[in-house]
Amino acid sequence: MDLNLTPDEQSFRDELRAWLKVNVPEEYDVQRGGEDSTEYWQYLRDWQKKLFDGGWAGVSWPKEFGGRGATPIQQSIFLQETIAAGAPEHLGVIGEGLVGPTIIVAGTEEQKAKYLPRILSGEDVWCQGFSEPNAGSDVAALGTKAVRDGDDWVVNGQKIWTSFAQGADLCLLLVRTDFEVPKHKGITALLVDMKSPGITRKPLRQMSGDSGFNELFFSDVRVPVADQLGPTNQGWKICITALMNERTNLGSSMFTFFDQAIDGLLEHARTRKRNGKLLSECPLKRQKIGQAVADLEVYRLNIARALSRLQRDSTPGPEGSMLKIYWSEMYQRLAQASMEILGDVSQLKEFDGGDWVYRYLRSKGSTIEGGTSEIQRCILAERVLGLPKSY
Amino acid sequence: MDYDLSKPQKMLQQSVREFCQRQCPLEKVREIMETETAHDPELWQGIADQGWIGLHLSEDHGGLGLGLVDLAVVAEELGRGCLPGPFLSTTWAATLLSKCGNENLASKYLPELCEGSKIATVACFEEEAGWAAEEYTTVKVTDSGEGVQLSGSKQLVGDAGVADLMIIAARGEMGLTLVLVETSADGVSIVATPGIDATRKLYEVKLDNVTGVVLATGAQARQALIESQQVGNVAVCAELVGSMQWMLETTVEYAKTRKQFDQIIGAFQAVQHKCADMLLDTESSRSAALYAAWALTEGTDDADRAVSIAKLFCADAAQRVGGNSIQAHGGIGFTWEHDLHLFYKRNKSNEFLFGDATFHREHVAQIAIGAA
Repeated sequence: MDLNLTPDEQSFRDELRAWLKVNVPEEYDVQRGGEDSTEYWQYLRDWQKKLFDGGWAGVSWPKEFGGRGATPIQQSIFLQETIAAGAPEHLGVIGEGLVGPTIIVAGTEEQKAKYLPRILSGEDVWCQGFSEPNAGSDVAALGTKAVRDGDDWVVNGQKIWTSFAQGADLCLLLVRTDFEVPKHKGITALLVDMKSPGITRKPLRQMSGDSGFNELFFSDVRVPVADQLGPTNQGWKICITALMNERTNLGSSMFTFFDQAIDGLLEHARTRKRNGKLLSECPLKRQKIGQAVADLEVYRLNIARALSRLQRDSTPGPEGSMLKIYWSEMYQRLAQASMEILGDVSQLKEFDGGDWVYRYLRSKGSTIEGGTSEIQRCILAERVLGLPKSY
Repeated sequence: MDYDLSKPQKMLQQSVREFCQRQCPLEKVREIMETETAHDPELWQGIADQGWIGLHLSEDHGGLGLGLVDLAVVAEELGRGCLPGPFLSTTWAATLLSKCGNENLASKYLPELCEGSKIATVACFEEEAGWAAEEYTTVKVTDSGEGVQLSGSKQLVGDAGVADLMIIAARGEMGLTLVLVETSADGVSIVATPGIDATRKLYEVKLDNVTGVVLATGAQARQALIESQQVGNVAVCAELVGSMQWMLETTVEYAKTRKQFDQIIGAFQAVQHKCADMLLDTESSRSAALYAAWALTEGTDDADRAVSIAKLFCADAAQRVGGNSIQAHGGIGFTWEHDLHLFYKRNKSNEFLFGDATFHREHVAQIAIGAA
């Protein structure tokens, strides 16, 4: 057991830090347009291009596909350092984290050549069309249908909760191509050009007020068979590969986000007074602060342990479900405790720009997106503890 | 970065596990806990012969010169076996003795503790004082020229009934004073105070003008005491992890065989989710406990914080795991016949030892708020 960074990991971090210091752009000025505006997307695309030119796009991808061949631990260092440096959000998160690795495993040579470089350079932004109104946790029950017509698939149906779809260029889409077989065996994966006629995008406003998610409607959308990923009716397996990647990725990038939230909380606790006393002098608030700090630290250690195991075993396992449950439920506890510590004023949108209200509301989605806490617990029960399938 | 145990540590883990299964299965634990002292000399000698007592102490003092991760490996397995007896007490006392800077007494007593020929404990807790070193007042030290004399009383002293040596946290002219006394000395009276955990007995110790030897005073005593409690907490956290592991495995095994409504209960999501929570709590606790052991061995800047975080997390997690385990078992889990309560009770006692979750949350908050 040795939790110090190895010399390789250390030099990776130092090189990255030095690069970030020079290259992280100024924070985006929302006066220029909201988060769905073309300006904001261009700002994010510029950042992706900068990462690409600097050799920091696709750090975890194999070198032969233009990546850096980084280990899981280096990948985690990358995620934490970029957030700590105040870098913009990663527009390529779906393409780089999910679609690219899936194409590397399941794609044809032509598909690899056509799509992979454009993911890294930021020319293509991807979204992922899995969930449907009637296929949430039970994704395999999806009903968006594709029927073969000559060299095309003709797609009809609806997707929901697709992040980045408002401006995405391409979509990894799961469709039903066989209604006669058990649900897992009739699904096919398609790589769909979002400019295809017949696609309608509609932003989905969340309870937090923002609309990072979308609804997508497909009406007689023609997708060339050449853009099918993997064999017909084998899409479920492809979907599982993608989701495994999602569960391991989601976690590491969240640490710094929570760490910064706690720093902000502590700053208030040290300086704000209520009833003539500093917030930090109240024993009950101190208990909540101690718990929040401990929860986050144990999360950091859980990630480190999972990464260390991933480094040994190389494929992400169901343990990713543990991290997902941990961080999403911790996020809710942290948001709740923060407002209790800060008190009444924390409900105001002018207080810290509404950050605490945002966290309190946004965290409610975290135990649902990317597999609900209930589904994650079923996965742990079945695949780690060996209990029977219950659904 | 490598979070995994080394090969020798895995071998150590295996041999402690096999030792517990062979030398002290749970039927034996029950026999021993029914005795007055919960101490089985033969079992104790067996543990000593393996070299596990004081394994983290230097070889000059009879130890194996290993680190605290190794101590955690041993303690986790002893916790998994709910092993009765004075292992924690002696580990704490030996650690404290080694940190007092009194080389004469350390070389005199530590080898005897490591080889199992003597047992030791530490007496801190008082009627109005808990785990903070500043608080000890009731035992007063007076210096007569030939050693010192102690008077007062201490509570919750582990294994005092079988200990040969006792280190007393007292207060004298030099402030906090650590004094070594022999339990056979005149004026020592030891009264059993049965508690929730019958596998490890607690005592009240009364001292009436007892003669002892000063080990350390003032700041040095305080530092030694705090460091020894940190080591103690590493062992306690590891024990809690071992106990949680046993509860998790036992519950999952039961859920795979117990049938109701013509189904094994492990097929019900209500039961599955309890098991998944137990897994998450056990593994998170293990991450925290191992890190605390490593950080303390390496002397990292955050070692003190790491120990407190591990303790508060493991203590709370053990409560949840214990609760889920009993609930998932249903009626049988609530019986005396089932072994669950042995672990459930041990965990409660371990929660308190070296400061409970509330105590350590305050400490973590202190560090976080203090760091501007």
